[in-house]
Amino acid sequence: MSDPTGSGGVDRQAGDGQTGRNLPPLRLHVPEPPARPGESADFTHFEIPAADAAPRPDEAAQPGAIRDMAYGLIRVLDEEDAAVGAWNPKLPPETLLRMLRYMALTRAFDARMFRAQRQGKTSFYMKSTGEEAVSIGAALALSRDDMCFPSYRQQGILLARDWPLVDMMNQIYSNKGDRLKGRQLPIMYSAREAGFFSISGNLTTQYPQAVGWAMASAARGDTRIAATWCGEGSTAEGDFHSACTFASVYRAPVIMNVVNNQWAISSFSGFAGAEATTFAARAVGYGIAGLRVDGNDILAVYAATRWAADRARSNAGPTLIEHFTYRVEGHSTSDDPTAYRSVEESSLWPLGDPIARLKAHCITLGIWDEDSHAVMDKELAELVRDAAREAEKNGILGHGLHHPMESMFEDVFEEMPPHLKEQQQQMLDEWKAAGL
Amino acid sequence: MSEAIETEVVSEVMTQETPADTIHMNMIQAINSAMDVMMERDPTVVVMGEDVGFFGGVFRATAGLQQKFGKNRVFDTPITECGIIGVAVGMGAYGLRPVPEIQFADYIYPALDQLVSEAARLRYRSAGEFIAPMTVRSPFGGGIFGGQTHSQSPEGIFTHCSGIKTVIPSTPYDAKGLLIAAIEDNDPTLFFEPKRIYNGPFDGHYDTPATSWAGHADAQVPTGYYRIPLGKARIARAGGALTILCYGTMVHVVEDTVKTLGIDAEIVDLRSLVPLDIDTIEASVKKTGRCLIVHEATRTSGFGAELSAQVQERCFYHLEAPIARVTGFDTPYPHSLEWAYFPGPVRIREAINKIMKD
Repeated sequence: MSDPTGSGGVDRQAGDGQTGRNLPPLRLHVPEPPARPGESADFTHFEIPAADAAPRPDEAAQPGAIRDMAYGLIRVLDEEDAAVGAWNPKLPPETLLRMLRYMALTRAFDARMFRAQRQGKTSFYMKSTGEEAVSIGAALALSRDDMCFPSYRQQGILLARDWPLVDMMNQIYSNKGDRLKGRQLPIMYSAREAGFFSISGNLTTQYPQAVGWAMASAARGDTRIAATWCGEGSTAEGDFHSACTFASVYRAPVIMNVVNNQWAISSFSGFAGAEATTFAARAVGYGIAGLRVDGNDILAVYAATRWAADRARSNAGPTLIEHFTYRVEGHSTSDDPTAYRSVEESSLWPLGDPIARLKAHCITLGIWDEDSHAVMDKELAELVRDAAREAEKNGILGHGLHHPMESMFEDVFEEMPPHLKEQQQQMLDEWKAAGL
Repeated sequence: MSEAIETEVVSEVMTQETPADTIHMNMIQAINSAMDVMMERDPTVVVMGEDVGFFGGVFRATAGLQQKFGKNRVFDTPITECGIIGVAVGMGAYGLRPVPEIQFADYIYPALDQLVSEAARLRYRSAGEFIAPMTVRSPFGGGIFGGQTHSQSPEGIFTHCSGIKTVIPSTPYDAKGLLIAAIEDNDPTLFFEPKRIYNGPFDGHYDTPATSWAGHADAQVPTGYYRIPLGKARIARAGGALTILCYGTMVHVVEDTVKTLGIDAEIVDLRSLVPLDIDTIEASVKKTGRCLIVHEATRTSGFGAELSAQVQERCFYHLEAPIARVTGFDTPYPHSLEWAYFPGPVRIREAINKIMKD
């Protein structure tokens, strides 16, 4: 480190080995991803175990006895598209095809809404391309009345719970049909009847909330459990660690999912600690069962979630599941991933595409074929197109068909207090006086 | 399950109780009684926080509750305020009515995001699908040689945020009635307890022996259920010479100073900052023409600034003197210089004398 001012001072004392002590200078490690734009992607450092390598412990196992699970990788679909190993959930054909359909629906929904944003019909959208298995696999493994505390990329849960597409789109368009009255950024859904908690834009705040819900369920002798999701980047938030402590202390019936899609906007997973250990290994220090799963293998996601749900339901405690996956698209419509990562990454991702993998498995089983898939994709594209047209009848963002302006003051409190009534009246009077 | 809970609550709330006996209580006992009464009436009320369970809280406010209601309803928590409030949000979403304790208001900052971004906005962002009906109890304020980490008054941080109520009692009677109202309220409420007056009123004369609540009219507290509505101020002393707006410990300091000076001041105990009883304030200042605001919190952007602005907006043509503030200084709460920082009788007396001459 040079001393451009020549004055010595703080830099000299702290950084350049001129302290007079015979010690090597300290170095700060700032992580750097393996590949940046223009560079070749390289995933050879990933250790990918064989699909049947992971043992399946008993759901009631002590966390200390299954620590290895946090460092391995649960996989079911092998390179020949067969379902193998102890974690194979052995699902009937109709369930496999439902999974395939819901994942394809999620991708079709994302494509349509992404395009709507590009067409100026709304302000913002977030695709889940490549991560569909994480939401759909979990949703189908949980009971319909288990409570989900999602982050912003689990739209698949609502779709798998057959929530109306038009209702989701009304929210995205912030139109007069939006049940949330146009107050939330697009995709920040809330659907109490679907067991889907209101999404916050603040990261991982839902983690302790899910634990609290699960604790309440346990304290009341209920049978329902809670599940929550966050990205690998936001495991750095204090809320994540508070939640793990609470979950461990009270053995809360909760499943805590970390969706490790490698990227937090432009920050690679190394900035959340991935160079040092796995995210499933966060569970080890808390004495929580930790599973690490191939997040692009929906059968593995399903099997791990079912294991964790059975564990929670039998009062054996919480589970932390890391879903190892890849965010194929940008973080949202507001960023360009080619500006910060290698464009080769998604095509070279060693765990493939979740839809392509399940499709190949179904074809191998003889329950599906390319023609059926093409027909399904066409049908789903028409389904979301028709839903979008229906939703657009209620308006699109910025075209006036929103909730009335005075509704801004509703729901701040159960009953509107005097100061809000006064502000509401003042606003209406001002607009009236201005002739608007 | 949740529907069953709701039915249970409705039926219990509709049960009218006969007026209860009245006994002497200090503020701790009154607060304890409020939780006791509400836990009896409503099975969804749960109490949680650091040391609140077996031990009964560092100030004894939850003493006996775990023994009476069990560990499923009264429990100790890990030392993470973020976790305590986050968990309380989730419990509220389930259908419970949590009463978390933050051991000292000075420790509430790790919970700030869960309070102002989550609890306070949940009803709004979900258009009423989910609510956070929690009451966060927390001892606040100085006067006990707590140094800068056991003396702060952070109410102004929360009154600045939409969607959360802020309530501060000044007597045992008010503490119980307001706390019951806060617990029954379906919105998140911060209940700041002036810990200097837990065991007795404090007139600001730190060098004289402490007094207890014994013999104080407002320490006669009904043993059963009663509520004081949130957003209604109390005229602690009626008068015509000037209006003094205050809350918590400062109500007693102001009362004593006014008595010593022999001035006919009207003392308004705000009780609740959000919602604010602006009508009572406006009527008083229009009557007296003078307004002094006293609080212990730091001055800049403190709640006194909001009070001053609102009084000016509504009473400008009735004012005979500039609105004045006596507050904590814009410094951390100093340990050894506590009584120089505390807005005590000397500073209040000087402010009253000045405002009466202006």
